[in-house]
Amino acid sequence: MPEIRNLTMNFGPQHPAAHGVLRLILEMDGEVIERADPHIGLLHRGTEKLAENKPYNQSIGYMDRLDYVSMMCNEHAYVLAIEKLLQITPPVRAQYIRVMFDEVTRILNHLMWLGAHGLDIGAMTMFLYCFREREDLMDCYEAVSGTRMHATYYRPGGVYRDLPETMPQYEVSKWRSEKEVQKLNENRSGSLLDFLQDFVDRFPACVDEYETLLTDNRIWKQRTVDIGIVTPERALELGFTGPMLRGSGVVWDLRKKQPYEVYRELDFDIPVGTNGDCYDRYLVRVEEMRQSAKIIGQCINWLKVNPGPVILQDPKLVAPDRESMKGDMESLIHHFKLFTEGYCVPMGEAYAAVEHPKGEFGIYLVSDGANKPYRVKARASGFAHLSAMNEMVQGHMLSDVVAVIGTMDIVFGEVDR
Amino acid sequence: MSKKNTALLTTLADILGERLVSSSDALHEITIEILSNDLLSVMRLLKEAERLKFHQLIDLSAVDYLEYGKADWQTQSASSDGFSRGVGATEMSDSVENSRRFCVVYHLLSVEHNYRLRVKCYLGEESPRLHSVAEIWAVADWYEREAFDLFGILFDNHPDLRRILTDYGFIGHPFRKDFPLEGYVEVRYDPEKKRVVNQPVSIEPRTLVPKVIREEDWLHSSKPLSEVKDA
Repeated sequence: MPEIRNLTMNFGPQHPAAHGVLRLILEMDGEVIERADPHIGLLHRGTEKLAENKPYNQSIGYMDRLDYVSMMCNEHAYVLAIEKLLQITPPVRAQYIRVMFDEVTRILNHLMWLGAHGLDIGAMTMFLYCFREREDLMDCYEAVSGTRMHATYYRPGGVYRDLPETMPQYEVSKWRSEKEVQKLNENRSGSLLDFLQDFVDRFPACVDEYETLLTDNRIWKQRTVDIGIVTPERALELGFTGPMLRGSGVVWDLRKKQPYEVYRELDFDIPVGTNGDCYDRYLVRVEEMRQSAKIIGQCINWLKVNPGPVILQDPKLVAPDRESMKGDMESLIHHFKLFTEGYCVPMGEAYAAVEHPKGEFGIYLVSDGANKPYRVKARASGFAHLSAMNEMVQGHMLSDVVAVIGTMDIVFGEVDR
Repeated sequence: MSKKNTALLTTLADILGERLVSSSDALHEITIEILSNDLLSVMRLLKEAERLKFHQLIDLSAVDYLEYGKADWQTQSASSDGFSRGVGATEMSDSVENSRRFCVVYHLLSVEHNYRLRVKCYLGEESPRLHSVAEIWAVADWYEREAFDLFGILFDNHPDLRRILTDYGFIGHPFRKDFPLEGYVEVRYDPEKKRVVNQPVSIEPRTLVPKVIREEDWLHSSKPLSEVKDA
């Protein structure tokens, strides 16, 4: 009989199912994993050190690039930490806009996750379906901030500007006839809020569509049910947060338990799993998308009838508008000081966390009273989740590794920072 | 919220007793400081005590206090030739006591009681070491590897203290304040040797915006956080 040896396998760093640059060293006994050792850091850019060498506002854009599929939620934690140190509260309208875009971001993230996770374990169609809806939300990002991904829209004291009254339109070209363009522009005739309302109205039906494809699908269940089970006690010890924790049956959501902004005013439910396997985490995230749509709907209703300022009118913190700069010496000086030096934040330390689509995303900020942060530490949920990789895949087959990576919703921008 | 924090502070003082070096409640956040020798016993108590139950280690990070409170540019008084304009790299001095250069900061969360707590533990400049808490919270394994990698803090009894974020064979601890932002080496492909080589970094160090420290009094004009939170 031939001798049976353990095999060490190298998974990644360039692997389509690794969701980025993950190198996994797998020790295998046949096709069963005995030990998994993730090597991370291939995307380490030293974001935190860079942020320590820049005025506060210049780092907002870096936050987008941490978890680059849920951009605005990263910014949110960062600006919340600054606001905490400055002891300021943005206007209510800004808070509603932030909550609305946090939930848009949550749907964006979960769609990306669902599509990629589906593709990883054999549901090719999901990717195309999810990206169809994702496109509309990307347009919302573009309408409000000018960019489709890295928005840099949240600012300490509010948001950069108010919601636009018009949506970008498709134009007739060699590839698009007038009739086609007219159809595409149908729901873009109104403001951003009208466009989002239209999205929220049709989105639940889209989620039904995804569920028809997956929820009772025999192959999907075979690949996810009882894979990567984590007990609630273990989930807490492993530092799980967000859907990973709720999938194990722990009722914990910062939006409910430690509400920030206006979440207290809004009506929504927190889905919780029971078995703590990949299938439960899938169900939790799908339900979260429906709840997010519900929250967006409530925000739209409020924002439509409550106009007002979206950022604090404080020239020491927020640049004065162009018009006043032209005629007012004071404004010009404020503008100059803000863009050459920034603002100083009082000495102290603060930790601000948001319920990020992937879990708890927190920023620990230490200030020594200067115009630059003394230390920024981003608490990324993916880092904690990935550290449990070894435990979650032990005893599973090689193909389940892909399912577990998928269920963790890993994005290397935030893991490696 | 603040009532809850006061209750937590009393409970902490009650349970930890003498091991509590100091505690504070600033910006609605509770911070306690402990000595590195007490770390393991305190952390066990925090996790297991019935009234605390900090089952989650949310974050572990290190801070290097070497340059704390030092500005690049002093603008208090103008000399005869005006304020200085050019800003070079700051010179290192030892104004921070060596025994408190590093700090390991633990952020704990109690899901049961909905408490958050920050535990700080200061370490000296000479061989900063601390006991690992990986046996209490499994997630600490990677967090401690990160603190070791970026700050060079050693964790005793850690199961596998390797570098985690930096490159294989990296030298130094990049997040220390005396490690330059540009680093020491850069990587390029050498067509003659037909492999990737390391070479001294070619980027000039520069300061785009000088670090200044100003006392601002405009803050009081904005609405304080407490008014909104407690409403």
